[in-house]
Amino acid sequence: MNILSFFVIIPLLMLLFLWLSRNINQVKAVMVTGSSLLLGLSVWLTITYIGIRNGGATEEMLFTDSISWYKPLNICYSVGVDGISVVMLLLSSIIVFTGTFASWRLQPLTKEYFLWFTLLSTGVYGFFISTDLFTMFMFYEVALIPMYLLIGVWGSGRKEYSAMKLTLMLMGGSAFLLIGILGIYYGSGAETMNILEIVNIKIPTEYQRLFFPLIFLGFGVLGALFPFHTWSPDGHASAPTAVSMLHAGVLMKLGGYGCFRIAMYLMPTGAAIWGDFFLVLTTISVVYGAFSAVVQTDLKYINAYSSVSHCGLVLFALLMMTKVSTTGAILQMLSHGLMTALFFALIGMIYGRTHTRDIRQLSGLMKIMPFLAVGYVIAGLANLGLPGLSGFVAEMTVFVGSFQNPDNFHRICTVIATMSIVITAVYILRVVGKILYGTCTNPEHLKLTDATWDERFTVICLIIAVAGLGLAPFWVSNVISHSVEPVINAIIR
Amino acid sequence: MDYTIFILALPLMSFLLLALAGMKMSHKMAGTIGTLSLGTVTALSYITAFKFFGAERIDGVLPTSTPWNFLWLPFTESLHIDMGIFLDPISVMMLVVISTVSLMVHIYSFGYMKGEKGFQRYYAFLSLFTFSMLGLVVATNIFQMYVFWELVGVSSYLLIGFYYTKPEAIAASKKAFIVTRFADLGFLIGILIYGYYMQTFTFTPSEEQLMKAGMVLPWALGLMFIGGAGKSAMFPLHIWLPDAMEGPTPVSALIHAATMVVAGVYLVARMFPLFIGFAPNTLHIVAYVGVFTAFYAASVACAQSDIKRVLAFSTISQIGFMMVALGVCTATNPHEGGLGYMASMFHLFTHAMFKALLFLGAGCVIHAVHSNEMSAMGGLRKYMPITHITFLIACLAISGIPPFSGFFSKDEILTACFSFSPVIGWMMTIIAGMTSFYMFRVYYGIFWGKTNENYEHHIPHESPIAMTLPLMILAGITVVAGFIPFGHFVSSNSEIYDIHLDTQVAVTSIIVAVLSICLATWMYARPTQPVADMLQKKFSCLHRAAYKRFYMDELWLFVTKKVIFRCISTPLAWFDRHVIDQFMNFMAWATNAAGETAQPIQSGKIQSYTMWFLGGIITLTVILLLH
Repeated sequence: MNILSFFVIIPLLMLLFLWLSRNINQVKAVMVTGSSLLLGLSVWLTITYIGIRNGGATEEMLFTDSISWYKPLNICYSVGVDGISVVMLLLSSIIVFTGTFASWRLQPLTKEYFLWFTLLSTGVYGFFISTDLFTMFMFYEVALIPMYLLIGVWGSGRKEYSAMKLTLMLMGGSAFLLIGILGIYYGSGAETMNILEIVNIKIPTEYQRLFFPLIFLGFGVLGALFPFHTWSPDGHASAPTAVSMLHAGVLMKLGGYGCFRIAMYLMPTGAAIWGDFFLVLTTISVVYGAFSAVVQTDLKYINAYSSVSHCGLVLFALLMMTKVSTTGAILQMLSHGLMTALFFALIGMIYGRTHTRDIRQLSGLMKIMPFLAVGYVIAGLANLGLPGLSGFVAEMTVFVGSFQNPDNFHRICTVIATMSIVITAVYILRVVGKILYGTCTNPEHLKLTDATWDERFTVICLIIAVAGLGLAPFWVSNVISHSVEPVINAIIR
Repeated sequence: MDYTIFILALPLMSFLLLALAGMKMSHKMAGTIGTLSLGTVTALSYITAFKFFGAERIDGVLPTSTPWNFLWLPFTESLHIDMGIFLDPISVMMLVVISTVSLMVHIYSFGYMKGEKGFQRYYAFLSLFTFSMLGLVVATNIFQMYVFWELVGVSSYLLIGFYYTKPEAIAASKKAFIVTRFADLGFLIGILIYGYYMQTFTFTPSEEQLMKAGMVLPWALGLMFIGGAGKSAMFPLHIWLPDAMEGPTPVSALIHAATMVVAGVYLVARMFPLFIGFAPNTLHIVAYVGVFTAFYAASVACAQSDIKRVLAFSTISQIGFMMVALGVCTATNPHEGGLGYMASMFHLFTHAMFKALLFLGAGCVIHAVHSNEMSAMGGLRKYMPITHITFLIACLAISGIPPFSGFFSKDEILTACFSFSPVIGWMMTIIAGMTSFYMFRVYYGIFWGKTNENYEHHIPHESPIAMTLPLMILAGITVVAGFIPFGHFVSSNSEIYDIHLDTQVAVTSIIVAVLSICLATWMYARPTQPVADMLQKKFSCLHRAAYKRFYMDELWLFVTKKVIFRCISTPLAWFDRHVIDQFMNFMAWATNAAGETAQPIQSGKIQSYTMWFLGGIITLTVILLLH
């Protein structure tokens, strides 16, 4: 059997065992085993992939396989990975693994929670390994729907409202997507849903003009494209810790990945036609998100807006359409996924103790919970792009790449987007100064304790990942940039 | 020279060790680890310097070398960030300066930070800073410089905010980071332009690239200078530096006086050949910014009462001198308009030593009287003889009195200025006079004048040996450094340049300095200060303005608080929640409402269904018939 299928089979088996398990310990055992297996598998896949590439393999996708499952429309379960999907799978595994530990003490309905959690990860893994448009779309939906229940049942605050809003907006996006996918299918006239086959056929320009924006918007909603980002603050604020992690860490990456893999790759002419329009929107996202984050008072809102800004940078870099900027976009997805997961994990841990996320009510946490506070500072520094942590590598690749596009309009957008790095520093340091430093004013908080072992484990894993990417970016960059080439060639052609 | 990697690796390792395991160590252990690793680094730097400067000259030029360089982050074939070590006269000189001052500060901190909470953290941050600063100066390409540039920014942020329970320290650290970050934006865009047009990040693009893209260089270099101006506290980006004094005093000595703040000067010096070749006008802008900053800071320094603030403004002013010296260069030949380069580097070197000495001396004083304010001091010379003598030496050096080191370097700067333009020459001479005046004002305020009555409760005493030893070493360097044949090591075209004093300039500057010192003595040395008080009353407006630093901080506060917070962010956030989000809610509501409206039609009554059915048929029939 194809090795990639294990990325779907393992979560499905996990679902089965979770369903069979009778107490919390068994549930946890299944989760830890399953997510460790997935992590191991993706690490192994990464290493093997690099090995094969270094061995001189030039195919665009490796480990390809295809099984037909709906003949009339030629829908197949086709899988295959290139460097981009490999790193995305690695990212997902890290987040699922740490997310498991971040939900270690979650109550009530632990078993049901993990069931939905695992179903969500099935969708995510399936999405990243698929090369068939319809199968990809199916996995995409599988990843979205559990989110409704995870937020609606286990969330906090206005959870029903947020869950509904998030689901409706993302479903609205997928409606666009479905139309777009059908458009590609009929436009290409190629009787196939396989991306690798469609790409060889030139879709007529009028189809591209019509369907590119649909696909880009459909995925853009998930990638927090202005003005369809408003689900993000409410959704993140209401979601439980691990769900926020998974959502910001992986699910939002589905948007960027989809834009790249389907919209840009299959419809380069459409991208050229609509590029400037979407570039304006993404530039607004980048700066607007950052400015909005400056005045927020809820920790999760700050990070949600920060995500709008950082994910905006992903789409921004994709639209710059140079090899380096596209590599930067993928790096930014990776980096944002890791550091936002870290952020949301820490916020969840702090919230679990103080029962408030209002920065006006928090202060002096450095003295009370030094471990979490130091973690928070590191996450903040990663977010504002400190060299040695992942944010810097990604942002610099994006900016250097964007500057390779010699068009003046693109240059101006780049300069505007670079402003976000200053504003990021403003909102990060504002929070760090307010909640961690100073003296604690709330006597209740003085009794709180520092992180437990599972929390420490989560935080340390994520910090290692963030620092690992930041200190040794060359190998990731190599893995990605090799796979970016076909897309850029398609666009140039 | 493979061992040079340890110059970077040792501080990094001691940082990691102290950061991860520091809390489990005793104070002594942590301090010893930090100091030992730094001691080794200093030794290695000195060895490197001896080897480098002692090497055989090729065509009259010292051979530069790149013992380490590896690919860190590839972008394209020609654009990539490398990490490595590049040795040339100025980087080796900086290695010596940084490691020396850093070692002194490490030793000094044993005494100064004794018993402080977070002692291990302090040493960890010092190691981090030293690592980043050393990495900055040995950078093999502009992007590596930027990487370490950001790292020194963060170490500075962490050290300014070391007393993280103090609101002032938090605000100051935030301000320092954000202001320099803002300036770094210019640096980054400069690098992007440079990288795109030159297709390389190295400091020495090929002739062909230069010919092709020389047009954009003034812009790229100008933008880079904005970054340098931010770090080096040039007006109007200087506002973070005085506040940065909230950090522990040894930190101020290391970061905010001797090393990090001269990074901007170093950057300009690093890009010097390009400046001279392709952007001489940009270089002159550097000079004008430098002159104004030097003057502005010197006049503010005359009115401050906090001794660390005076020293901070004095630092700004002196960095202005270095910038001016670079800016007045017109050629790479030191005999024909390139003297300023050597003068600037020389002043950087001597200034690092005597300014670190001043700060560490001030630290001893603050340690003794537990206040930064001059009003809490006075007459301390009897209580703290070593501090007094060393402080005096530093004051004489910064005033430019021979034979102390400052005289020689400042004299070269003035010579360079006069040869460029007499106006700038005279202005710098006057600013040099102001320097002597405010330094001696501080000196008399601390060590002479009326003995403070508070001493009866708490007798000030001389600091422990850990603190006075670095003072004595630095004072020793300050006394002899002027006689170093600096031009043999560093000069604008790397060839040997013999420093010779221009008698006219030297005599003028000595006279001005002595006059200013006399004036300061006359005004401040006595127990009562009628002249100073009278002047302060008569020009209360001016004094107040100078004391308030000419309201620059208020202006910045206005920009950040009012403009960014109130006028941009708050409306945007409101817009997001109330317009965009409400539109989405409206869509949901509209869908709902449409459903509600359409619902009564599904009444379940056969009669009404029949009505609609018949009505429909009739309408359709009519339409069809009409066609």
